[in-house]
Amino acid sequence: MEEALTFVTLTLAATLRVATPLVLCAMGGLFSEKSGIIDVGLEGKMLMAAFFAAATAAVTDSAWAGVAAAIVAAEALALLHGFACITHRGNQVVSGVAINILAVGLTVVLGTAWFERGGQTPPLTGSERLQPLFFPDAGDNILVYVALLSVPLTWWLIERTRFGLRLRAVGEMPLAVDAAGVSVAWLRYRAVLLCGLFAGLAGAYLSVAQNAGFSRDMTAGQGFIALAAIIFGRWRPLPAFGACLIFGLLDAVAIRLQGVKLPAIGEVPVQLIQALPYLLTLFLLAGFIGRAVAPRAAGVPYEKEH
Amino acid sequence: MSAPRRPLPGWVEIGVLPLVNIALAFLIVGIIVKIIGVDSFHALRLLVVGAVGSSESIGYTLYYATNFMFTGLAVAVAFHAGLFNIGGEGQAYIGGLGCGLAVLALDRWLPAPLMIPLAILASAAFGAAWAAVPAWMQAWRGSHIVITTIMFNFVASALMVYLMVNVLIAPGSMTPQSRGFADSASIPSMQAALSWFGISVAQSALNLSLVLALLSCAGVWVFLWHTPWGYALRTMGQNPEAAVYAGTSIKRTTMLAMCLSGALAGGVAVNELLGVHHRLVLDFPAGYGFTGIAVALMGRGHPLGIVLAALLFGALQQGGAELSFEIPKITREMVIVIQGLVILFSGALVHLPRPWLQTLFARKA
Repeated sequence: MEEALTFVTLTLAATLRVATPLVLCAMGGLFSEKSGIIDVGLEGKMLMAAFFAAATAAVTDSAWAGVAAAIVAAEALALLHGFACITHRGNQVVSGVAINILAVGLTVVLGTAWFERGGQTPPLTGSERLQPLFFPDAGDNILVYVALLSVPLTWWLIERTRFGLRLRAVGEMPLAVDAAGVSVAWLRYRAVLLCGLFAGLAGAYLSVAQNAGFSRDMTAGQGFIALAAIIFGRWRPLPAFGACLIFGLLDAVAIRLQGVKLPAIGEVPVQLIQALPYLLTLFLLAGFIGRAVAPRAAGVPYEKEH
Repeated sequence: MSAPRRPLPGWVEIGVLPLVNIALAFLIVGIIVKIIGVDSFHALRLLVVGAVGSSESIGYTLYYATNFMFTGLAVAVAFHAGLFNIGGEGQAYIGGLGCGLAVLALDRWLPAPLMIPLAILASAAFGAAWAAVPAWMQAWRGSHIVITTIMFNFVASALMVYLMVNVLIAPGSMTPQSRGFADSASIPSMQAALSWFGISVAQSALNLSLVLALLSCAGVWVFLWHTPWGYALRTMGQNPEAAVYAGTSIKRTTMLAMCLSGALAGGVAVNELLGVHHRLVLDFPAGYGFTGIAVALMGRGHPLGIVLAALLFGALQQGGAELSFEIPKITREMVIVIQGLVILFSGALVHLPRPWLQTLFARKA
């Protein structure tokens, strides 16, 4: 009995650890998508943030400086996305793909040039990392709590404030917002910047909290899983949070089930569990489990009439 | 929000704007090289010599270009239909599965003239099938193809790791790769092919798949601009409502465009598996599918432009490898940075230089 309880606690803690970057990323992505700016570049922003967090933490010996650098790095890419998609009305998916590819290349190029460790940053120790706050074994650093708080905050901002109302309107029908005399561009820029903030925190979590340093491609598709969680949660904060927890649980379980033979089923391939978030989202998108309807103006650049 | 877009003179639109876009991308690359602390022009010289300085390096440049032609065409065909296929990577990977299964099943019985075409068809068919599912989901279930093709990349990767580690691994092998293909399933290297005509070139990874890639370019050109199906496909990309009014089935055309796109992506498997590795290996698409986006954008979706862009990216890939050999501070990933910047400036920010060019050419127009 006690063994089972330990197993449950450990799995829950592991789930929360794995889900934290997903939650942060998904909440950030929600702001962007709600405003009508598709963000395929979550992955790239998170990767770039992770790199700059670890690089700055290694140089300054301060995890907090790392977190700040992560936010700056992610916001820079967010502004680039906004500049391309809002100011220049470029293709949002193309811009996101460009940001992802840019981040994959630039982190390794800069990392190798600065640290000469084949793209890795020096291992971080002590004050260079964010330490657990209450439970040393659980890895409950401050960003885990930030992630948990980000969910009600996002819900409140989107559902209960004037800003949120306009944000939703601009994602559904920008013409109406424009006609009401509110700037479509400025609203969308704010959404994109909020997205950068959360993606930056997620990246910092990966390299200065969960892991001790940056390694190449360390996001490993988590930005896309966050995107999947947004779709799975049908563009609403609480269900998206739930999806992140499910995906995190799958990941935590996948590690524990490696090589274990289950009764009646046999060995479950780890690859299957790893692919499950994508498969589940695909089933949802195919309309087998309800319907997912994106904000109507998502992906459409807004052109002001003259 | 800036002023509405005014048209530029035709030759500026086709000839100048793309060059300005590329120039901007390379300007940023130069700045990054500067930040790293390397002389940009010295690096550029090493890169050019590394890409086209010898018969061997030209061979490798063309070998990389072969992959880029396939994936560039794949992205372009979907683009013309108004579909953004980000799944080239997964389609190439699954194409490789088809190729590998066909060869592993039949290479002991079939002679090369049957085995190779069959393996090529299997690559194309599996690539097409992997693209057909997202296409079906878009056409019949209304889910967005960008999201689904991204997810299919991850599913393809997981599936292949599982199959390679558990099913297709050669008995007794420690690394996850299949047994070697028989000689009947090997596409001749360019060195061997040219020696039949008495021409001697250095050994490289270049093989006759390049001919298949060039034929595909010609085929796509004929298909898109000289067949009714290509016309319907482009009409759908330009204006779906007009296409419906003209009697085009959106569903059928979406399936056609994506299947063709996936089949073209499968060409990477032909070049890599039948031409170079001669066995099924993990991760052989190595990002070629994503580079295809840059190639297609830079080539403006036209097969001729794609050939030129593929040559440039092939040269960058090969020259970049040589460059990182000479100057270890610049890693091979610099090429990925360049790809990202090209996608940014030729894709998302394609209209950035437009106002400048408008002022420049306003007096003459």
